[in-house]
Amino acid sequence: MSAPNKSYDPVEVEALKPEEIERMRDEALAAFAAAGDLDALHEAKVAQTGPTSPLALANREIGALPPHAKAEAGKRVGQARGAVNKALAARQAELEAERDARVLVEEAVDVTLPHDRTPAGARHPLTTLMERVADVFVSMGYEVAEGPEVEAEWFNFDALNFVPDHPARQMQDTFFVEGPEGTSGDESGIVLRTHTSPVQARTLIDREPPVYVVCPGRVYRTDELDATHTPVFHQIELLAVDEGLTMADLKGTLDHMVQALFGPDMKTRLRPNFFPFTEPSAEMDMLCYVCRGESVGNADRPCRTCGSEGWIELGGCGMVNPKVLVACGVDPEKYSGFAFGFGIERMLMFRHNVEDMRDMVEGDVRFTRPFGMEI
Amino acid sequence: MRVPLSWLREYVDLPATETGRDVQAKLVSAGLEVETVEQLGAGLTGPLVVGRVLTIEELTEFKKPIRFCTVDVGAANGTGEPQEIICGARNFAEGDKVVVALPGAVLPGDFRIAERKTYGKVSRGMICSGDELGMGDDGSHGIIVLPPEYEVGIDATELLELYDEVLDIAVTPDRGYCLSMRGIAREVATAYGLPLRDPALLDVPAPNSYGYLVKVSDPIGCDRFTARTVVGLDPEARSPIWLQRRLQKAGMRPIGLAVDITNYVMLELGQPLHAYDRTRLDGPITVRRAEPGEKLTTLDGTVRVLDQADLLITDNRGPIGLAGVMGGANTEIADAVTDPETGEVRGTTEVVIEAAHFDAISIARTARRHKLSSEASKRFERGVDPQAAAAAAQRTVDLLVLLAGGTAEVGVTEVLAPSAPRTITMPADHPDRVAGVAYGRETVVRRLQEVGCDVSGQDELVVTAPSWRPDLTEPNDLAEEVIRLEGYENLPSTLPKPPAGRGLTERQRTHRRVGRALAGAGYVEALNYPFIGKEILDRLDIPADDPCRQVVTLVNPLSDEEPALRTTLLPGLLAALRRNDGRGSHDLALFETGLVFRAAGEPGVAVRLPVDRRPTDEEIAGVNAVLPQQPRHAAVVLAGAREQAGWWGGGRPSDWADAVEAARTVAREAGAELIVRQGQYGPLHPGRCAELAVVVDGEERVVGHAGELHPRVIKALHLPARTCAMELDLDTVERASAGAVRAPRISAFPVATQDVALVVDRQVPSAEVGRALREGAGELLESIRLFDVFEGEQIGEGRKSLAYALRFRAADRTLTVEEASAARDAAVAVAAERTGAVLRGA
Repeated sequence: MSAPNKSYDPVEVEALKPEEIERMRDEALAAFAAAGDLDALHEAKVAQTGPTSPLALANREIGALPPHAKAEAGKRVGQARGAVNKALAARQAELEAERDARVLVEEAVDVTLPHDRTPAGARHPLTTLMERVADVFVSMGYEVAEGPEVEAEWFNFDALNFVPDHPARQMQDTFFVEGPEGTSGDESGIVLRTHTSPVQARTLIDREPPVYVVCPGRVYRTDELDATHTPVFHQIELLAVDEGLTMADLKGTLDHMVQALFGPDMKTRLRPNFFPFTEPSAEMDMLCYVCRGESVGNADRPCRTCGSEGWIELGGCGMVNPKVLVACGVDPEKYSGFAFGFGIERMLMFRHNVEDMRDMVEGDVRFTRPFGMEI
Repeated sequence: MRVPLSWLREYVDLPATETGRDVQAKLVSAGLEVETVEQLGAGLTGPLVVGRVLTIEELTEFKKPIRFCTVDVGAANGTGEPQEIICGARNFAEGDKVVVALPGAVLPGDFRIAERKTYGKVSRGMICSGDELGMGDDGSHGIIVLPPEYEVGIDATELLELYDEVLDIAVTPDRGYCLSMRGIAREVATAYGLPLRDPALLDVPAPNSYGYLVKVSDPIGCDRFTARTVVGLDPEARSPIWLQRRLQKAGMRPIGLAVDITNYVMLELGQPLHAYDRTRLDGPITVRRAEPGEKLTTLDGTVRVLDQADLLITDNRGPIGLAGVMGGANTEIADAVTDPETGEVRGTTEVVIEAAHFDAISIARTARRHKLSSEASKRFERGVDPQAAAAAAQRTVDLLVLLAGGTAEVGVTEVLAPSAPRTITMPADHPDRVAGVAYGRETVVRRLQEVGCDVSGQDELVVTAPSWRPDLTEPNDLAEEVIRLEGYENLPSTLPKPPAGRGLTERQRTHRRVGRALAGAGYVEALNYPFIGKEILDRLDIPADDPCRQVVTLVNPLSDEEPALRTTLLPGLLAALRRNDGRGSHDLALFETGLVFRAAGEPGVAVRLPVDRRPTDEEIAGVNAVLPQQPRHAAVVLAGAREQAGWWGGGRPSDWADAVEAARTVAREAGAELIVRQGQYGPLHPGRCAELAVVVDGEERVVGHAGELHPRVIKALHLPARTCAMELDLDTVERASAGAVRAPRISAFPVATQDVALVVDRQVPSAEVGRALREGAGELLESIRLFDVFEGEQIGEGRKSLAYALRFRAADRTLTVEEASAARDAAVAVAAERTGAVLRGA
């Protein structure tokens, strides 16, 4: 670099002449404008703004000027470099935008392509329906109780007021378990439970009232499998034992359940019936949730769900027979209770339009998959 | 119970416009299950008239004998000329009265009667059988021959009562009284608020000592025995049409007059009756239990070996009837037989009528023991009105006198065990408290009286139940009567307020979580039957000493091939897998969670505990001890592709690693740490079998296995190649739960990553190397991951290289390279010491 030269005339320095600086600036602007892509622009950038570019070299000459000339030359060169950098940035942005637009177009895909790489699993609708029903009661404060599927006859029958030889005991076709050597027939006193009701007895024996429980589970009867029967099926049972419970409470609880499961205007109907473990006993029907009873006597609007009966049979219910309370150590003078139970298969059939019981039994993935995780 | 509406109207003056459906609705509301209302005569229109057969010409030129008849139908055909009719039946003769369907008539099944040419003649109508008129099978399939007294030409639809409605009622076991017209009529009368004409209200002569001698040696089994005798019966007398028709409509077959009358009275009053041919009785009738070795041939022709608990009717020669179930053949009423030489008709002319009351349980046991359910046993089992016996006997006597020309003997036998009326004491507001409705005392008393109870008392009612309601024994029974008659449909709807609940238990939550997690991993749940045959355990190569062999067996399985309960979920799941595969779904991942059953260690009998008190804890424990163990298992099976091939590239077949991962998924959801190690298990490939274990209370417990099925098992069960499976004991896994998750401390300082490749013998399980590294690395180790396994020449025969990424981080500072390297070296040192690992390239 040259040393300051006080006698040096700025006009004598060729590179710092105003017209020379303007030319350098214009040359740079032209080079940027001419750059067709980002690579060319990079080359132009190095040539026009790098350390050996004309403007950089001119800038170096400023130091050699006498003080009075420095300011003016510095200003001129600075303005020129500013304009050049601004133009460079603008062209850079312009070319990047062009490139991005082109690349993103090239990267476009067919978003309608399937991605069934790992087929979804599913839980069985009987499982999820049972949970859903149970959850209605859990949200009301009930707890879920469970019991063994291979059960003592005492819990399955005797404790529930099915006295030996009572015709009701024959109504249920029971699987008996073989006893130890030397016994025969039903002498083992052990059966596959024919209903979830033995859980009632176990619960009352284990807990002090008030008792509010639901008991979902698998039960067994000696029916051959066909479109409407299966020897292995599922029930959910409810038991409430407390002071002052009434049949009106039973009715209200049933109404609440069908509203929670089928919609706000739903209701139930009770018809007298007989069960050994309840007295009074009733058969419970729910309003047909499809036709809401409007198909009855209305030939133009037949309802397949309820067979145009207007009501769908759900199951049995009643006030816990005081004899059951006694057998389970609950004082019937102080406590009363109600109970009901119904089949999950049946509810699945009418709630989800299942036509053949066998579909629920065979484990065909095509049946189960659409039900997903919840029902 | 089948109830003809026309018969019902005899006891209750129902409005003429009431249809069977109307009555059905009323009875359903009162708690009777009326299953159907059958419309008799539906599809039948006349003209249907009485005719007299004038001539019969036998046509013999056809394959079967055919008759060409002329029948006098009076003026019914408009001409008064004999009607020419072709008929294929042969059970009638010239002069017989028959039922003729004239052209224009339509019989059930849209069978239109018209003039037609047949068998070379013109047939102008049809001579009808009972079947063709929809009257129900009388067993003969022949045409109806009417008694001679009916005039020709009169309408036969009315004569045969062809138009009627029949309510079919399913009677629950507590309502035996509804197995009678009397009982149903009482319910109808109450439902309509109309008076009842009680058919049991008859004048009955007082018992005396002139009747047939009866001894009851078991007054518990038989607390009442009434006997009456009728003599001089006309053996030729036939049941009148009205009687036959009522029996047919009620679902019984007319047999002969005396038997028809006993059946009719049973249907009317609910009291089963038996008629003995007096000439075939030898000495007094005795009611007693059977003696060892005694036999009886019942009316159905079966020889029955009697049990000492069977209650019998006997005479001097031995058993003559299975009490309350079925009579014996030896004293049966004889069919009328005409002597071919003298033309004299012989048959039963003297009968002894039995109207007795037997113990319900004794009858139920005998009926079940002999697999013999009769109309009589069905009623005794459910309870018969003991007070109706005398009336029923009287009604039978009356009908025998009226219809068979008999004479009632004056003797009236009645053997009666002393009994007191049953009374129930009940607060007058008890029904109100059961229902949650304020009925008030007046309503309660009125309803109980309608049921037939005598009621006295004010706040505390003393109620005497009627004799026909043995089911009414407790205050709640009475409450039900009041509530049902007031209408279940009028009960209000209220909600009780349960105490605050605690939600699902941890076990229940885990069970749901496991299901969701497996479904989330692509498994589809199958709920399989638990029935298995023992040979499936052989085909699965389950070892002989495996606990899975301790099956629980059923006495009465649905199939003899599958008499046992599952001890493993695999048979059911594999069957479901095979079924799906057979139906064209080949890429399968199935799961099941459910109970398995293993015979109790000490097989025993579950004793019948008392029901009049709570059993003691010891008694309950005794019962529970003989029940099988019933743990909940979780299992998966896999076949075909786990990941599908597609535009993204290739697929991946499911393999043993998926099965092991399913076990890890289950354990993770249960919050338990799963130990996976090389194992050996019958059903699984010996080189691809993982043993699964958890630590419960400080003790390691094997909970199951996972891997690829043994090729032999795959072949034996016809499964897809390379089928994989996993099964574990979910209950035990749950017990290994570590409890609530403890949150880790998160450090914000930078991570220091170090990779190491270790060479070990091929047999060394990677899990051991990993565990050694983890322990050796110390607490700076944040995570460790095996990212590559390599075998090849460079490594050496029988060796493998395991590449791990170790991430180190400190809670309080940035680690230096030296610190991270030192931790890595320490990790490698422990691995070297425990597993013989050497750094690759070292």
